[in-house]
Amino acid sequence: MRGLDEQIQEIKSDSLRMSAELSQLEEKLLYPSGTQVAIFVELAKSDTMRLDAVRLQIDGQLVAHYIYSAKELQALRKGGVQRIYVGNVATGDHKLDVFVDGKLEGGADFSRTGQFTFRKEVKPKLVGLTLAGPRSGNTSITLGDW
Amino acid sequence: MRATRQLIGLALALGLAVCPATGGDLRDLYFGEALYHAYQGQYFDALQRLDTELAQYHVLDEPQLDTLHYHINDAEFSVGDFELDYRMHQRAGRAIKAVLEGAVDEAVRNEAAFRLARIHFQKGQLDDALQALARIKGTVPEEIKGDLDFLRANVYIATGQSGEAVKVLVQLKSNQRLAGFVAYNLGIALLQDGRPQEAIEQLDRAGQMPASDPASIAIRDKSNLVLGTMLFESGNFERARQSLDRVHLEGPFSNQALLRAGWAEASAQQYDRALVPWNILVDREPTDAAVQEVILAVPHAYASLNLHGRAALLYGHALELFSNQIERVDASIRSIREGRFLNALIREESREDETWVIRLRNLPDAPETYYLMELMASHDFQTALHNYLDLEDLRSRLNAWKTSLDAFDDIIRLRGQNYEPLLPEVDAQFRELDSQIHIRVEQRKHLAERLQAMLTAPRPDYLATGEEQIAGERIARIEKRLGHSDDPQSLALRQRAARLRGALTWRLETQYNDRLTAAYVHLNELKAPLDALSQRYDAFVRTRQAATHSYVGYDVQIIRLRERVDDALQRVDMLIARQGHMIETVAVNQLEARRERLVAQQTEARFGVADSYDRAARAQSDAGGH
Repeated sequence: MRGLDEQIQEIKSDSLRMSAELSQLEEKLLYPSGTQVAIFVELAKSDTMRLDAVRLQIDGQLVAHYIYSAKELQALRKGGVQRIYVGNVATGDHKLDVFVDGKLEGGADFSRTGQFTFRKEVKPKLVGLTLAGPRSGNTSITLGDW
Repeated sequence: MRATRQLIGLALALGLAVCPATGGDLRDLYFGEALYHAYQGQYFDALQRLDTELAQYHVLDEPQLDTLHYHINDAEFSVGDFELDYRMHQRAGRAIKAVLEGAVDEAVRNEAAFRLARIHFQKGQLDDALQALARIKGTVPEEIKGDLDFLRANVYIATGQSGEAVKVLVQLKSNQRLAGFVAYNLGIALLQDGRPQEAIEQLDRAGQMPASDPASIAIRDKSNLVLGTMLFESGNFERARQSLDRVHLEGPFSNQALLRAGWAEASAQQYDRALVPWNILVDREPTDAAVQEVILAVPHAYASLNLHGRAALLYGHALELFSNQIERVDASIRSIREGRFLNALIREESREDETWVIRLRNLPDAPETYYLMELMASHDFQTALHNYLDLEDLRSRLNAWKTSLDAFDDIIRLRGQNYEPLLPEVDAQFRELDSQIHIRVEQRKHLAERLQAMLTAPRPDYLATGEEQIAGERIARIEKRLGHSDDPQSLALRQRAARLRGALTWRLETQYNDRLTAAYVHLNELKAPLDALSQRYDAFVRTRQAATHSYVGYDVQIIRLRERVDDALQRVDMLIARQGHMIETVAVNQLEARRERLVAQQTEARFGVADSYDRAARAQSDAGGH
């Protein structure tokens, strides 16, 4: 009879496989590649601002409003990238409005907004947003295409 | 030496904390997403994301064009790290082995071997770790050189090759980042190599190294604690006290250091000086074993100083405290047996940050968690507990997946209900439009072919306008009617018709090139609307396919997944029960051992009370007699 630890590792493996299959199924059913858009958020390198919240509007519609926990902020600061939104849009040009709320090192509040346009083609669209505090010397919100 | 050995065992892995690998600027968002989860300790999500990314990457025809290509080695290494963090030892290292055996350059292969060795070391597979280290030859990436030597030394220490470890660690002394760990481990290696005097001097140096971050402070404290314990055991109480005094008062080793510092003084008959660290310790968390020991040690010191009244009082307090602690241990054991311990551990909100164990212990209504910190000190208990929490996490995921599969079924059913009545009509209209589009496309193609042919075989008549064609046909009809009569009138009319044809032919021939050019221009002008039509056509075909794909062909996959999820849920339930039972048993056994010790301490306190009162009374009567 196999040990308990071995069985636990096995169920973890099986669950990871199932999770991957379910994610693919979910993607096919809910976000087919023809309409899929995914928006990612990362912090500019070595930025010290405290990110509190991000709101996203696509074509004037609020699609995401995310408030960050200390753990999530730490993960972003270490270089992690958050997938903040996955949804569907038609092919063509779309307007993306980004609203960022945060705090500076000294504790002062700051807010920034950015307006961008992205083009949705037939393949899935990945949009990356790089956020920076006003003191970093970088542009507050930068949009990148992947 | 027993106490020293126990202390040494904990320090080997320090400084080898596994960090997810990142190299340079991030170019692959999904790899970044995996790191985002890993940095939060969400290793399941990190692994799922990265497994999927790597699986997709490995089937690409041109992987060098994929954004993951920039991070592929880091990604493979990170999978191994995440698997180890997720306590999947069997799988950990599999991806790294793939890198090791793949066609990669020397530096990457050496890094893979280093990471594999590190995994084996953490799993306690020391021979495998040595084998992996033996594969490292040639160029080693600069950023891992220090960690590699440190790991090599640790493996040598763990395999009893202390002499080899000393040689490696001496070379590593100049590494600023690892300075504290190297200094400490060198002391341990010297001690294990049978060079106690050199070990003492080395640990003395390690205990006085500058440190600013929590890890360096902790290893410095550990050096002082080990050194103090060694010196105490060898009877060098004064130097032991000096070393123990250097331990940071708020650090994880402070309770042990305060206890031992007091014993160092007490052993040198300096009871008044022993009371200084002990009186600091005595007010700390009463579930801590060192605190419980000092609660008896303090009245013992007062008794040794002939302050029997105070000793009696403090033995009385100790008696009371041990009684309370025994009650708390009993409450903990009872609560654990009632299954409340496991329930407390799985409270979602309790595990938000790293201090959850401490916060749980302080919950007034949760006796089952009073001694959790002490239980957590055992590595086996920690692993078992984390596995239990992982299983709980899997159970909630599996339940959520079941709900998702039900939702997918609903979506598919509703989409079917929506599309099935609409699609036949849409398809019929599309077929009609499709044939019309097809005809137009064919017409254009035919025209293009004719124009192409006219470049080599000119046909001016093909480029005649409608009027010219009518005129040509009228002339032909007139010529036909005139026939071949020789009367002068007919002859004159035939000549006129011939002039007209000649004029028409002249026009067609002389304007041929211009007309051919114009025809090409017009043909090209057709391209834009036909392209737009073609795009609309493709978009429609895609949308039409998407409509079908949105609800057809999922049944078998969903049925199979549901079966697998149900099966996994059953297995998880069974494993949770077994793992939970094991944790409860370990916890109850440890608490019962603790209870036994508390009962012994209670007895000692009871005896101390009686003895101190006795001595106090005797001293009083002696004083009265005088």
